[in-house]
Amino acid sequence: MSGVEIRGTLVIDGERCKGCELCIPACPPAVLRMSEARNGSGYAYPELLPGCTGCGACLMVCPDFCFEVYRYDEPIVLEGGTP
Amino acid sequence: MSDDLRVIQTDSPPAEGACRTQGFGSPLQLSEEHDLCPGCGEPVALRAILDAVETLDLAQRAIGVVGIGCYTALTSLIDLDLIQALHGRAPSVATGAKRMRPDSLLFTLQGDGDMVNEGLQEVIHAAARGENVTCILLNNGVFGETGGHMTATTVLGQRTKNSLEGRDAAYHGHPILIADLLSRLGGAGYVARASVHDAPGVARARRYLERAFESQMKGEGFSFVEILTMCPTGWFVPTAEGPGYLDDVLAPIHQLGELKRDGALVEPD
Amino acid sequence: MSAATSRRLMEGSEAIAEAAIAAGCRFFAGYPMTPFTELLEHLARRLPEEGGTCINAESEIEAIGMAWGAAATGARAATGSTGQGLSLMQESLSEITRAEIPLVVFNMARGQGDYFQATRGGGHGDYRHIVLAPIDASEAVAHTQLAFDLADRWRHPVLVMGDYLLAHTSEAVAVERVAFDPQPSKDWAVDGSLGGSGRSRNLNPIGMEKGSKGIDPDRFWRRLQEKQDRIEAAEPRHETFATEDAELVVVAYGTVARFARYVVQELRAEGAKVGLFRPITLWPFPSEALAACTAGATRVACLEQNAGQMIDDVRLAVLGRAPVVPIGGISTDPAGFGIGRLLDAAVVRGRVEAALAGRELDTGVVV
Repeated sequence: MSGVEIRGTLVIDGERCKGCELCIPACPPAVLRMSEARNGSGYAYPELLPGCTGCGACLMVCPDFCFEVYRYDEPIVLEGGTP
Repeated sequence: MSDDLRVIQTDSPPAEGACRTQGFGSPLQLSEEHDLCPGCGEPVALRAILDAVETLDLAQRAIGVVGIGCYTALTSLIDLDLIQALHGRAPSVATGAKRMRPDSLLFTLQGDGDMVNEGLQEVIHAAARGENVTCILLNNGVFGETGGHMTATTVLGQRTKNSLEGRDAAYHGHPILIADLLSRLGGAGYVARASVHDAPGVARARRYLERAFESQMKGEGFSFVEILTMCPTGWFVPTAEGPGYLDDVLAPIHQLGELKRDGALVEPD
Repeated sequence: MSAATSRRLMEGSEAIAEAAIAAGCRFFAGYPMTPFTELLEHLARRLPEEGGTCINAESEIEAIGMAWGAAATGARAATGSTGQGLSLMQESLSEITRAEIPLVVFNMARGQGDYFQATRGGGHGDYRHIVLAPIDASEAVAHTQLAFDLADRWRHPVLVMGDYLLAHTSEAVAVERVAFDPQPSKDWAVDGSLGGSGRSRNLNPIGMEKGSKGIDPDRFWRRLQEKQDRIEAAEPRHETFATEDAELVVVAYGTVARFARYVVQELRAEGAKVGLFRPITLWPFPSEALAACTAGATRVACLEQNAGQMIDDVRLAVLGRAPVVPIGGISTDPAGFGIGRLLDAAVVRGRVEAALAGRELDTGVVV
């Protein structure tokens, strides 16, 4: 039984996002992907998958200030891991 | 909302057991809303600047002098005292302000068209005078605000709206490598070139900005940080390809790194 | 309060420099150019003695940029040049006016060819500057101090129009500090102190405001125009001599008016019904006063050392109630500094007499 350790999480303002995708390759654990859905302006926006480390790289490269970064006091281990 | 069960809910903060480490914008921002293009590097650079001011606890001593370019639209977000200058003229405006407020942190914010085209003489003389200010250049190699036209920093071969087949040395002339030029002037104490095309680049930009500001506060003379920024609109590339374009096209010519520190030229690695 | 009440022989440039310092000017930047150069020289020597700064700028464009930055911090700051250098500064002057930054600018002009530049804004956009035109060094001392007072009071640039004669003529002058009403606080000035407070400032010439996207130039420009309307109503200044029963009113400004005043006094003593109207502010032009004191005149004569610029404002004030004739003209020395044969009481007298007699003048020929 493998698990995914989650050390951090994000609040993502998907409505403000302009869909530039700069955050996708910037994420070291590669747990961001673009949505299939569109926001009110018609842009895809990032979604977070399990495995965030709370490093803030997404926030650093985001031109539209769409990320707020949180770090868990104790890492959460999500059982089941990646399918 | 995705129906993929793995997607984590990111609409609101975690209920408990977590602390916020970074907010949407800098604490020195009044708002996060702006109308710059998707994938623009300038808001990223702005945040790096505000982070450097915040880290050094200089917010209540900072005066920014802003040129004219896309980034001008960001000034409404900045919670620092600002003077809006003319295109090209920020270094002399900063000079007068710094002479009257010698204890302040005085920085300029200019683009490549502003600083290296229209106002080249201003920044050169400010550097040569050893004016104790920090000039910050957001260099994307194009006039972004007009829609992607050639500037003095456009690299050879780069396609712009008025160099459609690519900048040709014989026809359009050569780019000016402004950080390299300024580093050779006696009055310049700190000169560096950074980028914001990836997270390590942004971290480096912050570090250079902090060093430049520290240099100014120590009275070491003119300091200069050039930041390469993405302009996918003006480069005619998809936003996701902006960082790669910066890395492949601009950075080999406008090379990243510190050029001068403590008044001494830094030898290339 | 200055104790300086004794007169000293000094050229106009030095008198202006001392007056600027008396007014609290602590920043100056300029680029040498005849006949402005000596003002820069005096301030370069004197300002550091007073704890101020004078920068020998790399161009007039940088000179006004530096003065812009200094004034933006709330310091009393000035720059200057001659008309040619002022041309280079116009882009900044336009923006400084719109950013409502108080700046004093000296034009040590070559003759009076810069009247339009001074009074029509000079650069881009809808604006005018306050323009003071001293007749001699003593008045220049008063005007220089008034310029700093008006600039701060209105948050508006003020131009002091001098010329070669004013700048280079030595006269016995007392630089006495002029007392003015208290000024409003300069809480608009940037000092860096409000960073992170949510109330930080932006001295902005295009109407951008903190915290809101976009601008409203229509509202912004209307607000500035409303201020200029108030300046136009409040600040016209003029001087008259013997205009009450004058059949001929001579209109002249600056050092040229000094010749006119001498000639009008001389002719009055001889019984001629001639008077002098001297605009002290070229903008706002004292139109109402000129209209009032030419109401009974049969003729108005405009003496200016150019091809005819102020005469437009004179005609707009007189509005056809009397003929307005030019009695000045282009008149300069071989170097082009504006010291022409017109600047001679005998020549001016001949022209005023011709106007009195209703004779046509060829203003292209100095007789």
